[in-house]
Amino acid sequence: MESDECVIVLGEDVGAAGGAFKVTEGLQERFGVRRVIDTPISETAILGGAMGAAIAGLRPVAEMMFVEFAGVALDQLVTEAATVRYLSRGQLNVPMVLRTAVGGGQGFGAQHSQVLDHWFTSSPGLKVAMPADPNSAYHITRLAIWDDDPVVVLEHKGLYGDRGEVDLEEPPWAIGEAVTMRVGQDVTIVAAGAMVSVALAAAETNPGWSADVIDLRWLRPWDVDQVLASVAKTGVLVTVEEAGPSAGWGGDVSLTVCQTLWSRMKFPPLRVTTPDAPVPHAQELERRFLPNAEYVVQQVSSLLETGSVPLPWWEYR
Amino acid sequence: MSIESPEHLRRRGLASDLGRLKRMIEIREVEETIQSLYSAGEIRGSTHLYSGQEAVAVGLASVAPLGDTVACTYRGHGMALALGMEPTAVIGEVCGRSTGCVGGIGGSMHLCDPSIGLLPTFAIVGAQIPVAVGVALASAYRAADSVAWAVLGDGATNIGAFHESLNMASVMGLPVVFVIENNLYGEYSPLRWTTPLDDLFRRGEAYDMRAAAVDGQDVHAVAEALAEARSHAAAGRGPSLIEAKTYRYSGHSRSDLGLYRSADEVQTWVSRDPIGILAERIWPEGHSSRLSEMVEQVRSEVRAATEHALRPMPPIDKVEMLRHITG
Ligand SMILES: Cc1ncc(C[n+]2csc(CCOP(=O)(O)OP(=O)(O)O)c2C)c(N)n1
Ligand SMILES: [Mg+2]
Repeated sequence: MESDECVIVLGEDVGAAGGAFKVTEGLQERFGVRRVIDTPISETAILGGAMGAAIAGLRPVAEMMFVEFAGVALDQLVTEAATVRYLSRGQLNVPMVLRTAVGGGQGFGAQHSQVLDHWFTSSPGLKVAMPADPNSAYHITRLAIWDDDPVVVLEHKGLYGDRGEVDLEEPPWAIGEAVTMRVGQDVTIVAAGAMVSVALAAAETNPGWSADVIDLRWLRPWDVDQVLASVAKTGVLVTVEEAGPSAGWGGDVSLTVCQTLWSRMKFPPLRVTTPDAPVPHAQELERRFLPNAEYVVQQVSSLLETGSVPLPWWEYR
Repeated sequence: MSIESPEHLRRRGLASDLGRLKRMIEIREVEETIQSLYSAGEIRGSTHLYSGQEAVAVGLASVAPLGDTVACTYRGHGMALALGMEPTAVIGEVCGRSTGCVGGIGGSMHLCDPSIGLLPTFAIVGAQIPVAVGVALASAYRAADSVAWAVLGDGATNIGAFHESLNMASVMGLPVVFVIENNLYGEYSPLRWTTPLDDLFRRGEAYDMRAAAVDGQDVHAVAEALAEARSHAAAGRGPSLIEAKTYRYSGHSRSDLGLYRSADEVQTWVSRDPIGILAERIWPEGHSSRLSEMVEQVRSEVRAATEHALRPMPPIDKVEMLRHITG
């Protein structure tokens, strides 16, 4: 915002209140009410407004307090913003960002705890990122703002309290680039968002196998090359998703890997997911619902020992 | 100084009454051509014709300077022509030809030409309205004197996007003009079945917005009301809601014959034809022969444009087809 007047922020309570999760705290004091705009509770007008302002040359960063709220305005993103470049044959583009809070773990219940990345990842024209730590939040948000297309940044609520070094000197990252967080031999574990720390924790328990742990960072486009290179080495693919198995990114990653590396794969791919069910509220229930490190270890170990995909916990007898 | 594009020249042609009349005739002729091309099997998908509503688009285009942005609906052939798009580009696009304004990738519902301020026309009812508000936000942010126009149907005043947009534009005081083309029907439903009002401009009151109705068949009345609304917006005094009372002569789309409307009703509106009204004003005496002359001239121009649009040309190739999805 300091370097370019075109960047503005808009959303419900993003200004004076600094955002429901305080992500935009202090911005209005610093940049004024012209650039940090408190809007009515009008998600369609927020996303449509951001789109119009972006077509007209600004770089609006819109916030939806919870990703579920984008549902009332999805048209503006997946059908309107995502098609403007195409329908104008490249004469117009929409450099807007949607930042929104996703995920479970805080007891917000079924309507405020989903990730819903597949709402966005199935739209040609959109780019979708999911930061896993403070450093990636910083670099991904910058990439999203400077990108000339609509970008959705899914910020996990469970990560807002994280503390970590942010490297301001790093050269700019590339859109769609994953990062290998940990190097191993026996299995490739691919994760995104809050599941990255779950995957890392699993790999660090000395489970008797070692893993490449890849933080995907971007769900659309996603880093096919890096994932393939790793599975070519390990022959085993595991994805860890904070959502049920239906229409999740893990399915796409698994299919692409299988179609490309079939003859080199030792076992079928394993998708660690939540049950295909709404997110429960009570702490005990939600804890069981979300994938954790212990469960990842169990599932991966079982795959490596038996050679077949183990039942998920909710189907244990 | 660059040479003015044909589209820009066409826009400036609306400064005179003769220019406006000719453009309204052109819109009517293009729509009739499209109807017959549809019947001849030349057109896939849907078309939504504008015949009967010409004074609204031409009135708007004659007071919107280049630099303004128009976010309009799938019923957009008339607006595109009024803003300056060439008939060849409209007909080519509607027929899915590479001669179309976007090479056939858009079709009837997605005409576009940023050089005349026309965003890709919107096929989701009401979706264009908040986008115009956003364009106005950018204009206000830069203290530019351009204005954004949201053009919508009567049916669209019942969708959430309309209300969110009016509210936000009003509370932020943005330079946008909302133009309702009240043609009395949303698809096959008469206004009164779906809406508890006859006068839709009254919805502006709920948002403390300047609002008025205008005779949508009289291009002068439309231009005057919209020019006022535009000055109001450009002066930083906020949005307006203008309801143009108009009528679509054909059915909602494609093969709809509009049989749910009485012959009397249609006749009443046809007798207040926007082209006839302006012709009579231009030529108080003996207007019918002068009008026929002009119609003949435009008809042959549109015929030539149609031939040009449909001339044998290969469709855009697969590289072009898959370009411009992201940058
Ligand atoms: C969100 C949405 N709902 C329904 C439709 C289907 N539809 C297309 S046009 C139309 C009627 C709209 O009526 P109105 O706003 O009066 O515009 P008109 O067609 O009369 O110009 C409907 C229901 C749509 N395109 N988008
Ligand atoms: Mg209507």
